[in-house]
Amino acid sequence: MIPYRRYLRKLLLFLLTLPVFFFIFFPILWLFSASLSTQAELYSIPIHWIPQHPTLTNYLQIIFPSQAISSVPRAFAVAIWNSVKIASAVTVICILVGSLAAYALVRIPFKFNRSIQLGIIATRMIPEVSLILPLFIIASSLQLINKPVILIVAYMSFALPYAIWLMVAYFQTVPIELEDAARMDGCSRLGILFRIIMPVSVPGLVSTAMFVFLLAWDEFFYALIFTSTLASKTAPVAIAEFVGRYAVNITGMMAGGILAALPPIILAFIFQRYIVSGMTAGAVKG
Amino acid sequence: MPRRSSLSLRQQDARTAWLLVTPALVIILGVMLWPIVYTFILSFFNAPTGLNQVRTFIWLGNYIAMIKDPEFWDTIKRTLYFTIVSVVLEMAMGLGVAQLINSHPWGWKFLRFALIVPWAVPTIVNGAMWRWIYSADFGALNGLLMQFGLIKHYVPWLTFPNLAMPLVILADAWHTMPFVALILQAALAALPEELDEAAAVDGANAFQRFWSIRLPLLRPAILVALIARTVEAFRVFDIVYIITSGGPANSTLTITFFTYLNSFPWGKQGVGAALSFLISIFTISMALIFIRVLYRPEETQ
Repeated sequence: MIPYRRYLRKLLLFLLTLPVFFFIFFPILWLFSASLSTQAELYSIPIHWIPQHPTLTNYLQIIFPSQAISSVPRAFAVAIWNSVKIASAVTVICILVGSLAAYALVRIPFKFNRSIQLGIIATRMIPEVSLILPLFIIASSLQLINKPVILIVAYMSFALPYAIWLMVAYFQTVPIELEDAARMDGCSRLGILFRIIMPVSVPGLVSTAMFVFLLAWDEFFYALIFTSTLASKTAPVAIAEFVGRYAVNITGMMAGGILAALPPIILAFIFQRYIVSGMTAGAVKG
Repeated sequence: MPRRSSLSLRQQDARTAWLLVTPALVIILGVMLWPIVYTFILSFFNAPTGLNQVRTFIWLGNYIAMIKDPEFWDTIKRTLYFTIVSVVLEMAMGLGVAQLINSHPWGWKFLRFALIVPWAVPTIVNGAMWRWIYSADFGALNGLLMQFGLIKHYVPWLTFPNLAMPLVILADAWHTMPFVALILQAALAALPEELDEAAAVDGANAFQRFWSIRLPLLRPAILVALIARTVEAFRVFDIVYIITSGGPANSTLTITFFTYLNSFPWGKQGVGAALSFLISIFTISMALIFIRVLYRPEETQ
């Protein structure tokens, strides 16, 4: 090929990436820029793409809620903290329970092994709306509405099958020879699992933990139904609540949105090399 | 003797397996199987919300009421509209971006990296962001169009029933296209380069190579993304809730949103149960197709 034609091709392809970059970055950068502006500047026409008087007030009020004047940043601070607690609890339980189950499903042949595996894939597809009524009825009669524990339990319905499925995919890549050698030495199944398999599976456990945390952080439907007080809401519900109700402090809500998006974005960047394999194995992000 | 000892080893193994699997099974049965059965039973009752309300068994009453309700059929139509348009759009964009990354233009690594941002942004934050972008008072869409002189006054985009659904679909595409793009890009990158070179030697042009060589080989990955996205799109709720809450004039009222309204704000749990059972049937049948695709890759080739 003539060099200049190759150069032209490169240039053409590069020009094609520009609208893609624009589509990806324009919305989120505008949101970030708007979250740094004052309420008055947000409404200016023509639009100020970059605020002339940028301010960190919206962020500082959420990070230091005791100094906040309006109730929006205070509620956000509580909601983000609720999300952290609930998503962490869900992650820890899923990793503990899920990795044990996944190991048995991958490495121990027993009756119903295959049926359980197929059942787990099928349950992964069941939408939250199909489970909500019974969970709500039980939660109301046990007075668990507004308690974090009901959300942690409800989140198991999508997080645990997902965690098991990801760990199954990971354990399948652990060479079986490792186990055979240990078995020869008279090591028990549980000994093998905890002393040999778990230590070499740390990358799998970590990426599964990331996916589960992101799923729980993202969850909205259960949290909407199971929480009614400001003190118990998670970040997504708080955002939805304020977007519908408080028309006054929009830039404050924008800052809240950015802060709620930061933990997943940071986690995704740290663990980016696991993302595609996790996507393919889990196939559905909730 | 050897037979007995090997049998007991197997039994021991099976016992360990059940020990390991039981906690997970108890949780899954408790938070999934039991609610599904309960929902099914509830769908045959007239069940108003509230702890002390009396439930009466009405056979298929909820299902009959559901079928007779024209709003139900409208929500089905809207859900199919959302599902088909958003999945086709996301698949097309995803495939395009995947192919673009794989052609290795300048900055392709950064592009692949950048895709993680919209994917990681929580659904509700994404919805709120687009609601603000479409805002009639300060929205970036109005700001952009005015800057280019395409509009003279700010337009209240989300008040038009015909526009609301496409705008929700665009917002959804921002969040979900990266998933499709990243899966397909990984699959494209795994294809052997020799195939492409051989076809090029035989005189196939770039489009022919894409259409008749890479696309058929991508079929398993495309199916995985397609089915995953279809199941997700069919049960869309969060983004509709935050951008339009089903409006304007019910133009974005999808089946899950309709189920939510029946089950909670309207207090008709029986109807809600019937609707959610219907959604389960659809998603489980999609899951069965999914299992076939995953478990018999040789058939999909």
